[in-house]
Amino acid sequence: MTTIAPENTDQEALFDATIAADERIEPRDWMPEDYRASLIRQIAQHAHSEIIGMQPEANWITRAPSLRRKAILMAKVQDEAGHGLYLYSAAETLGAGRDELLDKLHTGRQKYSSIFNYPTLTWADVGAIGWLVDGAAITNQVPLCRCSYGPYARAMVRVCKEESFHQRQGYELLLTLSRGTDAQHAMAQDAVDRWWWPSLMMFGPPDDESAHSAQSMAWKIKRHSNDELRQRFVDICVPQAEALGLTLPDPHLRWNEERGHWDFGPIDWSEFREVLKGNGPCNDERLGRRRRAHEEGAWVREAAAAHAARHAARTPRTGTHQEEAAR
Amino acid sequence: MTPRTATPALPLGDDALILSHRLGEWAGNAPVLEEEVALANIALDLLGQARVLLSLAGDEDELAYLREERQFRNVQLVEQPNGDFAHTIARQLYFSTYQELLHGHLATGDTDLAPLAAKAVKETAYHRDHAEQWTVRLGDGTAESHTRMQRALDTLWRFTGELFDPVDGLDSVPWHDLRATWTTRITTTLERAALTLPEGPQRSGWAAGGGRQGLHTEPFGRLLAEMQHLHRSHPGATW
Amino acid sequence: MTTAHPTEPTAPAAAPAPPAPATPPDWPLWEVFVRSRRGLSHTHAGSLHAPDAQLALRNARDLYTRRSEGVSLWVVPSDQITASSPDEKDPFFEPAGDKPYRHPTFYDIPEGVHHL
Repeated sequence: MTTIAPENTDQEALFDATIAADERIEPRDWMPEDYRASLIRQIAQHAHSEIIGMQPEANWITRAPSLRRKAILMAKVQDEAGHGLYLYSAAETLGAGRDELLDKLHTGRQKYSSIFNYPTLTWADVGAIGWLVDGAAITNQVPLCRCSYGPYARAMVRVCKEESFHQRQGYELLLTLSRGTDAQHAMAQDAVDRWWWPSLMMFGPPDDESAHSAQSMAWKIKRHSNDELRQRFVDICVPQAEALGLTLPDPHLRWNEERGHWDFGPIDWSEFREVLKGNGPCNDERLGRRRRAHEEGAWVREAAAAHAARHAARTPRTGTHQEEAAR
Repeated sequence: MTPRTATPALPLGDDALILSHRLGEWAGNAPVLEEEVALANIALDLLGQARVLLSLAGDEDELAYLREERQFRNVQLVEQPNGDFAHTIARQLYFSTYQELLHGHLATGDTDLAPLAAKAVKETAYHRDHAEQWTVRLGDGTAESHTRMQRALDTLWRFTGELFDPVDGLDSVPWHDLRATWTTRITTTLERAALTLPEGPQRSGWAAGGGRQGLHTEPFGRLLAEMQHLHRSHPGATW
Repeated sequence: MTTAHPTEPTAPAAAPAPPAPATPPDWPLWEVFVRSRRGLSHTHAGSLHAPDAQLALRNARDLYTRRSEGVSLWVVPSDQITASSPDEKDPFFEPAGDKPYRHPTFYDIPEGVHHL
């Protein structure tokens, strides 16, 4: 064990005891710097994923084939902006400001989920993202509602509640296509073929290669291993695919009576590493568009700040900031 | 597709549908995350209004996806491209001020639009407030934001006259009074924002008419091409 | 820029200062409190950024009540909240622990006595 500064010993013991008792760490509690850094990294990556994740789906808002679907998709993409906001709030409690984190995203110093570096080529991709990508995200995120850091856990409760709408709308969309015309069915199958493997990669590298897993598990930031969650996801999806009338693109999928789980084929981790290091089909486009939106919005943010500064000097704040909503 | 063109639900529904579509184009591009959420809320309100209105005129999807450009009855203002944030806010200010006044009037009337208008007027009041808040901040913000906001107001000014052309089936609407109130409200907001009410003509000199007669601007055809292509590519399919 | 986060406040003083931002500072942080329905008190819902109180209120409406979660909102500048410190936890909260006579269950009431 490394040496601990004497004044930290008591605090560290209290921190360890809080974790051991399965209680929550709150923002002003003492925490090891690595715990703080680890959380900031994870929450930031999660927040970045939400806002980059708006892009592949927003790609279809203007082409949604019915007004009902258009409303659903707009509401979903809006939720993702909202989730990004909840998560940046959580990171803020650790002393990481949002513009600092955005700057790290824009300069490539922090990552977002690689899944959003894949293109949405047809309308069915919107469904596949809802069912598979959001499904994988929920499998990952539900345990985070019990994460040891209070603000993150609370943000995740809100996120998970809203995500279940996302997954269901995706499944319903695919079901409608699968039961529709031959062309629609083929469109749905093609989307599932393209999104299945990248979705499995969302759980991260296998346990024996995962850099941060062990410590995160010990700190109860993470509750289950990558492989455990991946297996849970596969087990959930197989019967769902069957009900959809679609096949999962894995010839090795078969029920293993002994394990009580579905066996699945090997994952192409070389693709994962390529996409992760920037060589995915849409990495440049996603980050470029995010940066552009931020840069093009700079004059708006500056204008509002300038206006506020002038008026704060001129007029004291009155009770108008409390308002019974008329809704 | 032959809608029951007599109903005023069609032009009002088209206004809401097309403006909602334009606002939807902001997704992922807003100047700040909070504004992503705000613009999407407005777009969703408008889309909700459009669906109710178009359903009064026929089948919502047939009307949205299977009409040709010349059959759409929306005003040209709502089809104008987003431009920068100031441009979008100017379009919102002009349109939501109009829409709130119109729905306010319809809500108290006895047409079949009254229930919809009573709900829509609350939504629209919020849209108008959002536009006013931003008009003031951009007009009275930095030199750059002031220039952009004034330019946007000036550019879109020539699409505002059409807002007050009488709509078939809405004979009870006092269009002249509506216009006067609209002008007063816009003037007040622009004064608060240290901006100037544009002076040029409020419509183009084209005698053939405008959006209410199915005459649109060039960007509208491309908007429809994008909006309708998937639906039209699979005739008869359900989604 | 690091803004102190009040109800769930930020790093201890020992935390390393973040690098100075290259761009102008972000809009200030606001804490949002939502009354979910009449008769209930406002509860902390989260935070957001806004240039001023008016926009903070509107952003709060759009972000925290878009599923009809509220009938009333408060927004408070985050740096205006003073929070108790975890270091003072014991002097602040332990003294309350040994006063069971403040709680009704402390008292024995004979069987058959009602409305007490």
